[in-house]
Amino acid sequence: MPISYSIQIINLLASMLLLIAFAMLSQRRILSLINLFAWQGLVLSLSTFVVAYSTDQHHLYYSAGLTLLLKVMVLPWLLHRLIRKLNVKWDVETLINIPTTMLVGIGLVIFAFNLAAPISQLSESITRGLIGIALASVLLSLLMMLTRRKAVPQVVGFLAMENGLFFAATSATHGMPLVVELGIALDVLVATFIFGIFFFQIRETFDSLDITNMEKLKDD
Amino acid sequence: MIDLQLMALLLTPLTGGLLLAAFGSRSWAAELNSLMSFCTFIAAVVLTMRVIDSGPQVAFNEQFFIDQFNVFLVALTAFVAFTTSLFSRPYMRIEQHHGKLTTQMLHLYYSMYQLFTLAMLTALTSNNMGIIWVSMEAATLTTVLLVSLYRTPASIEAAWKYFILCGVGIALALFGTILLYFAAERVLGEGGTALLWTHLNQVKGGLEPTVLKLAFVFLLVGYGTKIGLVPLHSWLPDAHAEGPTPVSAVLSGLLLNVALCAVMRSKVLVDGSLGTHFAGNLMMGFGLLSVVVAALFLSRQKDIKRMFAYSSIEHMGLVTFAFGMGGPVATFAAMLHMTMHSLTKSAIFFAVGHAVQKAGTQQMENIRGMLQVSPTVGWGLMLGTLAILGMPPFGIFASEFLIITTAMHDYPWTTPFLLIALGIAFAAIFGKVQPIVFGETTARRLPHQPALIPVFAHLLLVLILGLYMPPYLADWYRQAAALLGG
Repeated sequence: MPISYSIQIINLLASMLLLIAFAMLSQRRILSLINLFAWQGLVLSLSTFVVAYSTDQHHLYYSAGLTLLLKVMVLPWLLHRLIRKLNVKWDVETLINIPTTMLVGIGLVIFAFNLAAPISQLSESITRGLIGIALASVLLSLLMMLTRRKAVPQVVGFLAMENGLFFAATSATHGMPLVVELGIALDVLVATFIFGIFFFQIRETFDSLDITNMEKLKDD
Repeated sequence: MIDLQLMALLLTPLTGGLLLAAFGSRSWAAELNSLMSFCTFIAAVVLTMRVIDSGPQVAFNEQFFIDQFNVFLVALTAFVAFTTSLFSRPYMRIEQHHGKLTTQMLHLYYSMYQLFTLAMLTALTSNNMGIIWVSMEAATLTTVLLVSLYRTPASIEAAWKYFILCGVGIALALFGTILLYFAAERVLGEGGTALLWTHLNQVKGGLEPTVLKLAFVFLLVGYGTKIGLVPLHSWLPDAHAEGPTPVSAVLSGLLLNVALCAVMRSKVLVDGSLGTHFAGNLMMGFGLLSVVVAALFLSRQKDIKRMFAYSSIEHMGLVTFAFGMGGPVATFAAMLHMTMHSLTKSAIFFAVGHAVQKAGTQQMENIRGMLQVSPTVGWGLMLGTLAILGMPPFGIFASEFLIITTAMHDYPWTTPFLLIALGIAFAAIFGKVQPIVFGETTARRLPHQPALIPVFAHLLLVLILGLYMPPYLADWYRQAAALLGG
């Protein structure tokens, strides 16, 4: 496959990544949100695979496989199990003002592109234009965490942010050293388990997964 | 040889964590916890001797790096972790007796306590900026369930806030680490060595300044969330107030230092690359803001642990400010202040923990007359408060004095802010602790004898170091300051 083809494929996948980040921002159903997260993982894994193939970086094949395993299979499966057990599978969140959120999101994308512009010019990697997109999807996930009022979507936002970071690592560099990537994957997995424990603790104590109930601790 | 010594340091808490995961609900789990912490402390002392004797070293294929700067934090971390485990033995038993904790919760507490120590020691000794990130995240993961240990609504809220905010913060730090790797890869080539701090340190002059600048902003904001720098501090008072007191003591006394160590490692690289005072200015700004804002919040606190959590924000702000000023004196003072703050603040939390158990509440207006109930708790609290407020002859006076005189000399405009903030903090804390110690009591007796030896051991150390700093110790700090480019 000639280099120019793979660049185009990676660009296509990057734009899909950004599109999914926007879709997550406006998605109100918990179930669909988790599915979107799995799709984002798949896109991420594919783009890592294409980078690995076109640059002949063997360790990237491992991280593509790791992403596929962790972010497309294990984490969505865990989340599905959790929402089934918690009985919130069909929950719909009332999001106020989706258009405004989207506009703020567009602003964030522009900001991210501007911030990344001087760095992208330095990169010799074939995927150098993509640091801006990676930063944009990190910021969009951050925005999603801020706008959500329920525990599960907040956690999905947290995990999606990790996806954006991983994309930054493969696009700016050719992926972090394997030992670091394994460490990060372990942290994310353990974090998801702990989040799961928390969902139950929160529900047991507050009778719902709505975190607006948790605004007692404040400095008066 | 160094490999073995380092392995002993890291494998002891790991073994402890696994053993306590298996036997954490036995009646002797508290003793085992103290024993493992003691062994870790011995390993840290051996390693420290070694580094003092033969200078900075790398171990395990350069994956770990120990120099005078981080070994001093290793020794401090292992020491405070050991004394805290001594304190927590009777403390947790009393909590259990009062029905606030079950054996299962204690089981979780003991094994996580050891793993938390492991995460901190790995973050301190790792040479790989990526592994430092991984262990900082692991330190959050091991403590987040401890903050919600009591399962009260407030503690679950505090833990959730801690988890989410530190998670976001640490994610930004990962972006900073990726940018750092991106800059390093262009100089060092691909592969494992491009994230090793010792390698980066050698080529720091050749790292691309624009990238490093951005990387440092992300790293400072990310790890700064963990240090509790204003405006990223909002998790800290909640987590300290709602978690069990031994956890507050180690979070405040140790974890904040470890995060600051990661920031300092990055600062050395950025300074070398930029050749300007960019990183220092940023740290001074965040530090000064933290000192002032925390001082203003202090007087409004009603909960005793919350008040001392704000005091931690104030002191970490002061340390960050001093590191930001740079130069041999300020860096020396910052490290001295880190040591003194760790020892004093954990001693205060020990005393506060027992005072709260006696009074049955954390609300300061209902804790009265500690001196009548228990002179040791009362005096421990009073002396600790005087020490943390920077009264001579305690060691904090010396470090604050050094920081302020350097600020007067190099950045005179900051002095009024610092002095006013310290004054406000004094009035707020002293005014509130005084009636707690003196006055008429309403407190009850405790079912177990509290362990107050750690309180006085810490305060004695702070006192001794305030009166007389042995030349070899001063020398050691000076060498460490030189390593940080002071």
